[in-house]
Amino acid sequence: MAYPTKYRYTREHEWIDANGNTASIGITEHAQDSLGDIVFVELPRVGEKVERGKVFGSVESVKAVSDLYAPASGTVSAVNEDLTSAPEKINADAHAAWIMKIELSDPGEIESLLTADAYENYVKEESEH
Amino acid sequence: MRYLPKSDAERAAMLREIGASSIDDLFAVIPEEYRLRRELAIPRQMGEQEIVDHFRAAAAKNANGYASFLGAGVYRHYRPVIIDAIVQRGEFLTSYTPYQAEITQGTLQAIFEFQTMICELTGMDIANASMYDGSTACPEAAMMAMRLTGRDGVLVARTVHPEYREVMHTYAQHREAASGHRTQEIGYGEDGRVDLAALEAAVTEETACVLVQSPNFFGTIEDVPAIARIAHRKGALLVVAIAEAMSLGVVRPPVEADIVTMEAQSYGVAPGFGGPFCGVIAAKEKFVRQMPGRLVGETKDRQGRRGFVLTLSTREQHIRREKATSNICTNQALVALMATVFMTVYGKEGIRELGLQNLAKADYASKALGAQGKVLFGGAPRFNEFALQTEEKPEALQARLLEEKILGGVALRRWYPELGNATLWCATEMTTREQIDRAASVLHPRTPTASAPGTPALAHATAGAQ
Amino acid sequence: MEEKFVGTPKKVTEHLTQNEGLSFEKSAPGKKAYRLAPLDVPEVDPSTLLGSSCRSQSAELPELSEIEIIRHFTRLSTWNYAIDLGMYPLGSCTMKYNPRVNEFVSRLEGIAEAHPYQPEALAQGSLEIMRLLQECLLEITGMDAITLQPAAGAHGEFTGILLAKAYHQAKGNPRKTVIIPDSAHGTNPATAAMCGYEVVNFRSSQQGGIDVEALAKAVTEETAALMLTNPSTIGVFENEIHRIADILHARGALLYMDGANMNALCGKTRPGDFGVDVMHLNLHKTFSTPHGGGGPGSGPVACRRILEPFLPAPVVERGGDGRLRLNYDRPRSVGRVRAFCGNFGMFVRALAYILANGPDGLRQTTEDAVLNANYVRAKLEDVYELPYPTPSMHEVVFSDRRQTKYGVKTGDIAKRLIDFGFHPYTVSFPLIVPGALMIEPTESESREELDLFVDAMRQIAREAEENPQVVLDAPHSTRVSRLDETTAARKPVLRWKRQ
Repeated sequence: MAYPTKYRYTREHEWIDANGNTASIGITEHAQDSLGDIVFVELPRVGEKVERGKVFGSVESVKAVSDLYAPASGTVSAVNEDLTSAPEKINADAHAAWIMKIELSDPGEIESLLTADAYENYVKEESEH
Repeated sequence: MRYLPKSDAERAAMLREIGASSIDDLFAVIPEEYRLRRELAIPRQMGEQEIVDHFRAAAAKNANGYASFLGAGVYRHYRPVIIDAIVQRGEFLTSYTPYQAEITQGTLQAIFEFQTMICELTGMDIANASMYDGSTACPEAAMMAMRLTGRDGVLVARTVHPEYREVMHTYAQHREAASGHRTQEIGYGEDGRVDLAALEAAVTEETACVLVQSPNFFGTIEDVPAIARIAHRKGALLVVAIAEAMSLGVVRPPVEADIVTMEAQSYGVAPGFGGPFCGVIAAKEKFVRQMPGRLVGETKDRQGRRGFVLTLSTREQHIRREKATSNICTNQALVALMATVFMTVYGKEGIRELGLQNLAKADYASKALGAQGKVLFGGAPRFNEFALQTEEKPEALQARLLEEKILGGVALRRWYPELGNATLWCATEMTTREQIDRAASVLHPRTPTASAPGTPALAHATAGAQ
Repeated sequence: MEEKFVGTPKKVTEHLTQNEGLSFEKSAPGKKAYRLAPLDVPEVDPSTLLGSSCRSQSAELPELSEIEIIRHFTRLSTWNYAIDLGMYPLGSCTMKYNPRVNEFVSRLEGIAEAHPYQPEALAQGSLEIMRLLQECLLEITGMDAITLQPAAGAHGEFTGILLAKAYHQAKGNPRKTVIIPDSAHGTNPATAAMCGYEVVNFRSSQQGGIDVEALAKAVTEETAALMLTNPSTIGVFENEIHRIADILHARGALLYMDGANMNALCGKTRPGDFGVDVMHLNLHKTFSTPHGGGGPGSGPVACRRILEPFLPAPVVERGGDGRLRLNYDRPRSVGRVRAFCGNFGMFVRALAYILANGPDGLRQTTEDAVLNANYVRAKLEDVYELPYPTPSMHEVVFSDRRQTKYGVKTGDIAKRLIDFGFHPYTVSFPLIVPGALMIEPTESESREELDLFVDAMRQIAREAEENPQVVLDAPHSTRVSRLDETTAARKPVLRWKRQ
């Protein structure tokens, strides 16, 4: 499984793609696979402040709901409205289907997140339990 | 014991097969000190005839053969016999929650039809039969409004059923302790309706919802459009509670509401001393994901055939656990089925005809009884209930009526002390003219007091009552 | 080519069932199924009486004749599985026989037509039914006081936690948390949250129960209660329960018991005797009231004397004149949890069940329930994995571990069970067992029915190994095959609309 090396990852299976002070955030391929068909995405509001490690929304499949945790702190500058009518886009390509974009309040936070390799190992370990 | 399909020989054989020497082996997990060493001190085992006799004796100690003018949230309407013929079928009565859709399409389709008919009647887009009753549907609707608006203020009309308000208070306790926001009650005016000026003054940017009942506890129909304007102006939602579902046959549905809660007991459910009933919650489509309780949706199977399935379950407790929209698990499926059959039997024309008959009976009763007392709140339209003021104390009046085997109106003083001796009377399609005339003749003739403004000019009894 | 194994159901044979559309699809203007008596009072004009509150357009309800309605619902009923047709192995649901005499007595006129506001002197029959049921339930649970008001189990949990909260509040500190094992039913944490408590999730021990040492560390002065299901959702009796109660009580916390599994205890032991402070019962489980497609239920809450003052009002009492009355004067009550007295129709049914059984019947019922579950366990433990070695009571939990290596999961086995004529067991619950199969036969199953169930499960285990596809594609024999739940959730269609 190829995890884009440009992205960083969290143990809660989110990815973050930082470009200067802006970052896009979504869930990983592994997350989408575990959830199954996604039926609904609860998006935050534009302008809302998000805090690293805190819940900013959720993703629902038929049988489960997963909270989404912000990989970094900032202010929501955009949400992917497409996901309201077509949540299946996440299933189709989780690494392309961004959920929200934020203005980072502390770009330094990204550094401590997992790299693509580290995340891939983490997923492998988790599934061996 | 006749419900147990085993002989002692079979029990012994099964124990042997599983390697247990006696049934006590299987209960050895219970520590010695907790094992009951005696039989339970409950009545001895009874045969079926004895059971029937026991309950017949109980039934005989209740009112039998009385003419009843009781309403106040529980209504006497005729139940077509086809209802029990259908709900008593084992496939409906003894079936489980339809989590396994392939083998419960009967239940699921019936619920889908229920949802559709409730939408038609209430003017909402989505509906379910998942609330325990009309009273608990109210706090659930208030919590839904709080989730939707992110606010926590609640305004409730004092004309909402007193027991409904008590339930709302019970649910609100911990929330109020945490937020400091109290649920505020709004009083009523001379016309028996919510005081609009008081309401306007009370709604703020912190108000999640305004909750009113229509027809209200006094039987009076609220000015829903005006209330909606007041609520919406400040971004609050409007919840309309309906205790007498029969009103929807002739009364305009509360289409301006965001959420409607309803008690569907009037649709084919016996009064049964207060339960089980059928609580409904209905709302505008955009609120669907915050709606508590079970919803049935239409879909297709792998071969493209139409089928029905429980959907949007992720809101529910078995998945979201502490983040659920509610802790509700059981719904009112069997009672909702009674209502579904009822609504199907009467249908489009019948529901309207029933509404008209109720309106006519109550109108006649209010005139007949009004000649002997004073019908309150004349300034606003009513459905099938009205409040009657008398000089005589309600206890004495009720006692005299009981002598004639009439259950008269409920005394209002315990909830509305300002209304003095007033009693609440209900007349439905089951109330006969003879019963109304008899009740009127029991009431002492009194000097008619001045009519309330807006009372129809005819304050005198028609022929039979004098 | 060698034929792959396909099981042979013994309990069922395929048979045609009638098709039936929605009632709206058969509707035609002018068809009628009712006729009202003519009005004996003057007609009224609704627009005059109601003004702007008058309804201008009738609701689009169907218009059908009586025979079409009877056929409609009868056909629908034939598409349902039900207890009356066969076993439901659903764990913790206690799908037992719903006695018909219960239905008969609840419909006796004086009982069915009683209005909650009729004078108490004319409601003595209903009050007497409540009084006797309360007495019986108190004796069964070993508790001191009880309310019948809550409408269902979850409602009872809510009431019970409110009682606990009121108790703590009266002592000066409502406290902050409720401890809940990870094996608990979802209503438990949902309820605690609704009462304003923070949920502390507690990991189950290796045996699937409470790790008492860990609990001792977890309980603080801010713990309001522990919500325990006993026996647990894996069917195991918490044999250190008195120590658990002691630990809680030492810190002033309360022990709440979820009574969903009373079918393992009734007549053999009493929660009040082993330290429970407050509990709810499910009349629609242990006490035979019908599930009716999902409800109604009834969830009485029984408690110790210390919680009695806080019970919802009104309470049933005997007055000085010997008559029963409803006492509303309860200043410390948590308030009402619903209008009127509760799901009274369910009280009648539950009481009829208790009277039909008597003390020996209830005890025998519990013994048969536990015998049946252990019989199923013994007959299947060589083909399905038992995640916990501890003895089972009235239900047994297996896991799908031996089948997943062929790609077959518990949900698939459950669907295949349908082809063998049974309703599935509880799938994927409790959460602490990955791939759980939770089976509770209840006492209502004969040896024949149990043997048919065991045979079906054994055949399916063989299919999983030798011919997994037949399991994965199940069910094969139903009116509809697996339904598209994804589209139903993405684009919900929740009502019929005229095209």
